Amino acid sequence: MERKDWPLWEVFVRSKAGLSHKHSGSLHAPDAEMAISNARDVYTRRNEGVSIWVVESKHIHSTLETDSESMFDPNEDKIYRHPTFYDIPDEVGHM
Amino acid sequence: MSETDLQTIFDRKIENEVKIEPKDWMPDAYRKNVLRQMAQHAHSEVVGMLPEGNWITRAPSMRRKVALLAKIQDEAGHGLYLYSAAETLGTDRERLVLDLLEGKAKYSSIFNYPALTWADIGAVGWLVDGAAIVNQIMLQKTSYGPYSRAMIRICKEESFHQRQGYEILLTLCRGTEEQKAMAQDALNRFWWPSLMMFGPSDKDSPHSAQSMAWKVKRMGNDDLRQKFIDQTVKQADFLGLTIPDPDLKWNEEKGQYDWGQIDWEEFYNVIKGNGPCNKERLAARQAAYDNGAWVREAATAYANKRAQRRDKDAA
Amino acid sequence: MEQKEALFNYLLRLADNAAILGHKLSEWCGHGPELEEDIAIINTALDLLGHARSLYTYAGEVEGKGRTEDDLAFLRIEREYKNALITELPNGHYGDTIARQYLFDQFNYLLFTELEKSSDETIAAIAAKAIKEIRYHLRRSIEWTLRLGDGTEESHNRIQESFDNIWAYTGDLFVEDVSDEEIIAAGIGPDLKALQPIWREKVKATLAEATLTIPEDGWMHSGSKEGRHTEHMGHILSELQYMQRAYPGCEW
Ligand SMILES: [Fe+2]
Ligand SMILES: [Fe+2]
Ligand SMILES: [Fe+2]
Repeated sequence: MERKDWPLWEVFVRSKAGLSHKHSGSLHAPDAEMAISNARDVYTRRNEGVSIWVVESKHIHSTLETDSESMFDPNEDKIYRHPTFYDIPDEVGHM
Repeated sequence: MSETDLQTIFDRKIENEVKIEPKDWMPDAYRKNVLRQMAQHAHSEVVGMLPEGNWITRAPSMRRKVALLAKIQDEAGHGLYLYSAAETLGTDRERLVLDLLEGKAKYSSIFNYPALTWADIGAVGWLVDGAAIVNQIMLQKTSYGPYSRAMIRICKEESFHQRQGYEILLTLCRGTEEQKAMAQDALNRFWWPSLMMFGPSDKDSPHSAQSMAWKVKRMGNDDLRQKFIDQTVKQADFLGLTIPDPDLKWNEEKGQYDWGQIDWEEFYNVIKGNGPCNKERLAARQAAYDNGAWVREAATAYANKRAQRRDKDAA
Repeated sequence: MEQKEALFNYLLRLADNAAILGHKLSEWCGHGPELEEDIAIINTALDLLGHARSLYTYAGEVEGKGRTEDDLAFLRIEREYKNALITELPNGHYGDTIARQYLFDQFNYLLFTELEKSSDETIAAIAAKAIKEIRYHLRRSIEWTLRLGDGTEESHNRIQESFDNIWAYTGDLFVEDVSDEEIIAAGIGPDLKALQPIWREKVKATLAEATLTIPEDGWMHSGSKEGRHTEHMGHILSELQYMQRAYPGCEW
């Protein structure tokens, strides 16, 4: 059967030129055109944005909480990826 | 992972102020509690559009008209943010709305009171939004992530609501005798229902203790109510209006106001459906739902056709 | 007719169009087919009320009698309101509102595109700001015309009927009188007669894309430029003016 209510969309707004789009919230719309219009009316009424992305919520895939230990913890001890891990004498100046 | 392990992780998060997110494990009772609260809050925002909406076409100046319209528009947005937050727990908006229409879900009883005069628009902004803000500031720290984020966004938008309401009353109180009387009458009718917005006393509130333990709520009903009273009295004084409570007086020792008795019988009666506008409010929501059905269907049908056409063009 | 008087009349027409249509749209607040749509339609209402405010304020300046936006918006008698008849028609069902909106937006878009080039600097500035919003209104009402026209059988039939019913009010948008002659001669506003065929072509194309039939140009209502309104107008004014009439001379 055809769904009567409109599907859910996630809205991402670029707040000003040069910044990334950031998740603002969700809304319902029958299609992408209206999702964009609605996103403009719902999430940028106070000049919050200069560009909008919308994506139907069902297309978003995410990590699971139960995986989070194996996904994210292993990076905690890889401190050699951070600049402060390396000792450079002050005389060298800013690097 | 066993249920007990998951429960331990959950408990530790609550203890350490780590937000619970939609895909995280959570006890069933927590899920139900948060969902009920978010849905109820969403319904309140949307039903709350109706009493104020009653005055849009009669607003007395262009400036007031656009401010009121923008304010009510925000409330629609708040309803939308909160429905979206509720939907993260797997119940979609349509189902939530049907719960409301079928009488299975509640909304704040304050919106069952009528907006009878222009001063009521001022009183609603000042007192009803004022009380809501006290509650919502607390809820910014709620333990459920999507609810907290919705609250942060909402609180940012709320600040103009209370100010526009207060400014309406201030103008009336600086106006003619008739205008000032209109303002006093609005305060007389909205004061007690506004205090009721915080719900029954914690000792009589079925969900209060558990909600506090889960940090869904961060303050009890009685403390929130007291906070609201303490901050509102001097605002009423500034307007030169009298709060309709003969027992209201400053308690130096406690550093807060003592005040009278809420008529809880009225409170429970309105919840049960015996308020001045309960029927009208639900009927209006039902009509919007019914009259919009063919429109929503048409938009879906058109979206499907357009998608098919695009697929064909691409092929 | 003096140019000042013609300009005042002209500004009132523009302002009243925006004020009355904004008023009608605002009645949808809280009653729309979906929450998102409530928010969107209120946005259009707010835009129109914004246009009305700038235009009333300027009209008051042109008149030079110290009348404010509120004096003009709230305190005239019915015959002094000059909004096009189509703007005061009842909201009806959503299809009626969309049909009314599309036909008006298409007109308003063409008109304000010309007003951007007005010899009157204030009008040109107001139009330059307003046209961005009107372009968006037009896009939205076209989208909805397509959705309802080419949606379900029910929606198709409903909105076709809406267009058929409203059609007779579109002629009134293009009627010209002595004020218009002054305005055209002074390069303040466009010749509406020249806009009409362009408007018709655009409407025809949109309706065709929406699988709808453009109604026949039969007998048309008219009278708005002389302040002869439909029976609906009096009721609009009784709400709009209620406070100002009941409590004369108050600040709000
Ligand atoms: Fe609210
Ligand atoms: Fe709100
Ligand atoms: Fe509010």
